[in-house]
Amino acid sequence: MMERPIRERFEYLKKNALKDFPGMDEKKGTTIYVGTATCGRSAGSLEVLSSFEDILKTLNIEARIIKVGCHGHCYAEPMAVVSKPGWPPIMYGYLTPNRAQILIRRFFNEEDPALEWALGAMEENDMVPTVYETPRWSRERRWLLKNCGCIDPEDINHYIAVGGYEGLMYAIKMEPGGIIEEIEAAGLRGLGGAGFETWKKWNICRDAPEFPKYLICNADEGDPGAFMDRTILESDPHSIIEGMIIAGYAIEAESGYIYVRKEYPQAVSVLTTAVCQARELGLLGKNILDSKISFDIKINQGAGAFVCGEETALIASIEGKRGVPKPRPPYPANRGLWEKPTLINNVKTLASIPKILAYGAEKVSSVGMEGCMGTAVFALAGKIKNAGLVEVPFGTTLRKIIFDIGGGIPPVIKASNVAGELQKTIKKQFKAVQIGGPSGGCLPESLLDTPVCFDTIVDTGAIMGSGGMVVLDEDNCAVETARYFLEFTQKESCGKCTFCRIGTKHMLNILADITRGAGIMEDLDLLEELAETVKQGSLCNLGKTAPNPVLTTLRYFKEEYEAHILDKRCPSLECKDLIAYYIIPEKCQRACDACVGSCPTEAIYTRRDRLKAIDQEKCVKCANCVDACPAQYDAVIKISPISQLPESEPRDDNRSN
Amino acid sequence: METLSLTINGKKIVTEKGKKVLWAARENGIFIPHLCAIEENPSPFGSCRLCFVEIEGKKEPVTSCTEEVTDGMIVNTRTESVLRLVRMAFELIMSRHPIICKECPANKKCALQDISREMGFKLKPKRLPQILPALPVDDSHSLFTYNPNLCVLCGLCVYICNEIVKEAILDFNFRGFITKVGTFQNRPLARAKCNFCLKCVEACPVGALSKK
Repeated sequence: MMERPIRERFEYLKKNALKDFPGMDEKKGTTIYVGTATCGRSAGSLEVLSSFEDILKTLNIEARIIKVGCHGHCYAEPMAVVSKPGWPPIMYGYLTPNRAQILIRRFFNEEDPALEWALGAMEENDMVPTVYETPRWSRERRWLLKNCGCIDPEDINHYIAVGGYEGLMYAIKMEPGGIIEEIEAAGLRGLGGAGFETWKKWNICRDAPEFPKYLICNADEGDPGAFMDRTILESDPHSIIEGMIIAGYAIEAESGYIYVRKEYPQAVSVLTTAVCQARELGLLGKNILDSKISFDIKINQGAGAFVCGEETALIASIEGKRGVPKPRPPYPANRGLWEKPTLINNVKTLASIPKILAYGAEKVSSVGMEGCMGTAVFALAGKIKNAGLVEVPFGTTLRKIIFDIGGGIPPVIKASNVAGELQKTIKKQFKAVQIGGPSGGCLPESLLDTPVCFDTIVDTGAIMGSGGMVVLDEDNCAVETARYFLEFTQKESCGKCTFCRIGTKHMLNILADITRGAGIMEDLDLLEELAETVKQGSLCNLGKTAPNPVLTTLRYFKEEYEAHILDKRCPSLECKDLIAYYIIPEKCQRACDACVGSCPTEAIYTRRDRLKAIDQEKCVKCANCVDACPAQYDAVIKISPISQLPESEPRDDNRSN
Repeated sequence: METLSLTINGKKIVTEKGKKVLWAARENGIFIPHLCAIEENPSPFGSCRLCFVEIEGKKEPVTSCTEEVTDGMIVNTRTESVLRLVRMAFELIMSRHPIICKECPANKKCALQDISREMGFKLKPKRLPQILPALPVDDSHSLFTYNPNLCVLCGLCVYICNEIVKEAILDFNFRGFITKVGTFQNRPLARAKCNFCLKCVEACPVGALSKK
């Protein structure tokens, strides 16, 4: 009975939205889409944006500039898509304010689209190759990130115009139980990292007898090197809001919270705007579009504690208490916020919901693998050519993600000081990939053919986590990597339970000793036992997963630990206390002084034979001289262990340096 | 009152429904080490990680302060995997607790000494070096002293002050390894408008809070 007016009201909203949204439709004139999410802003996209505005004004070109989110190609930021009548929309990367001006001049005055800066066209055409033919796009399967970078996140009409809130329209027609069945058929699992079946969680919460119920969106993404949630929050906030309304209807909750980190100011501001706009259009609040569903959202800013991503700590934080976890059970689905049944889902899980309802469970579950259906979003960072977000079907191998999509390990490029001479490119070998952030594990090359899925990753000793993927190359030391990640979790420990509070501190001390060359072999057994007991005995998942980097590096890179302890040698030449810099006399050029000026501590001196050498007492191991030494000489090397350092030649007393 | 029966360490026990395993064991003279548990607290704190037991049918040891008894449950408090966890947890606590029993106000009525005696653990950690804090002792209050260096952060005083006495003078300050019990803004106790009930001092299982 209610069906018709709701649909009619929505059609009216949609008609208005389509009027406003330019899309890639060339009939609507020239449009320039500039990526202004956090990654773009830090690469200078706001300057590029104002440069576009200036040049359009100068040349008197009528064009619309739209601020969009992030496509996930963070390596190529600042990026823009230019849609000009007569041409397919073309995506440009690596822009600068200057290039933006030249691009517009060439494109509009000379009809030359400056294809050398283009990544590709966004549509099939017979002039410009499309981005979908590139190795990265062709292997990706954009589902969650579909709208990211294509719409203005601060304009609800854009979201509606590209099919947004259709999922909600389907959901309103269904019974809550039917929605949960649809989610079950889609095989959706918690994309926050644990991989718990979403429908089960929803059912527990729905069956809980108490009211009111609450819904929380966990947007407290805090792992170093992970930014999937941030991108969705900043680029497609309405998909989360829509997912929350549907989830709220399914579990009969009328109020929801988005718990977002304060360190994501852009996300907070975009979300606030999005919630206000949804309220204005009657998509949030009492009786949504005059239906019987009521739902509203509050935005709660976290104070930056990593542990508040743990659901019980998150709830405590919203309640205004100390953000520390509680023993589970009782699980929040039975007793959560204000002691009431509470559903907590991650950003990506909630953003998947509207798509499942709009396109149907069958389509979603057609990709992926047994037990893990759909797609996974990863944040590629570290030693990788094309850092950014990738979305692939579950079951894709790590090798494909890192080498085919991410482009593999970037070489180190050394400049030469001779005009016209080519620079020297040093290829680097892949060493390991840290999956799942500081709670994940460090996997070696032999495991690269593991298909990614919650269960297969756990078997390797890592966890899927929220999807951070930090790639390490041969210059990264396994022990130092474990120490780095453990230092993060140790600092972020809330201090409540014994194992995490004191255990991680001891583990960190042992690792620090090993990287300094002060470790003994007995430390390794103790470290392993500490890691295992902290993993088993800690109260919450922060403590339970904190030892993973240590356990996996001990499992796959034990020989590096032994080299540090037995030989006082860092095989990757990274641990500062175990290396020394040395200038190879045979390679050093008498006439060149490049290294001398680069040294901040005046440790480099001239020998009697005019060659340069390093005073080890003064050297602070900053590596400036390595960079300064021109590529054609390449005379500065690192030596480990320090005991292998050749004896130094005396200084030329007639010279001051 | 509904009762049910379970087996702990081979001993058959009849207890009330809804009770946690830790208290059922304690009532029947079975020692399970613990510092932070309070029977009256409906939501156990679960921070000391000393009360692990093994329950048949569960893969890993669980904390007995959070595990409700069920009919026919078979509990073991001294299996190898339990002892491995408890020994390490105790060693970790002792690695941050100065062993100065002779000068300590809690000597001979200290929960750590009890655990050491009952479980046969040495007070001094065998393998771990001690990392001892050197925090200032709060001697400002007229009736009691708080020595954060001796504190094991069990949270008993915090619970009693907040939930029983409802004074909310004490809570945890700071985070991580440097967490300590303190007042609002870490002010001296004398300035914290304490009501002199001394319930916190009575609750302290070690010598951190002591009467003058």
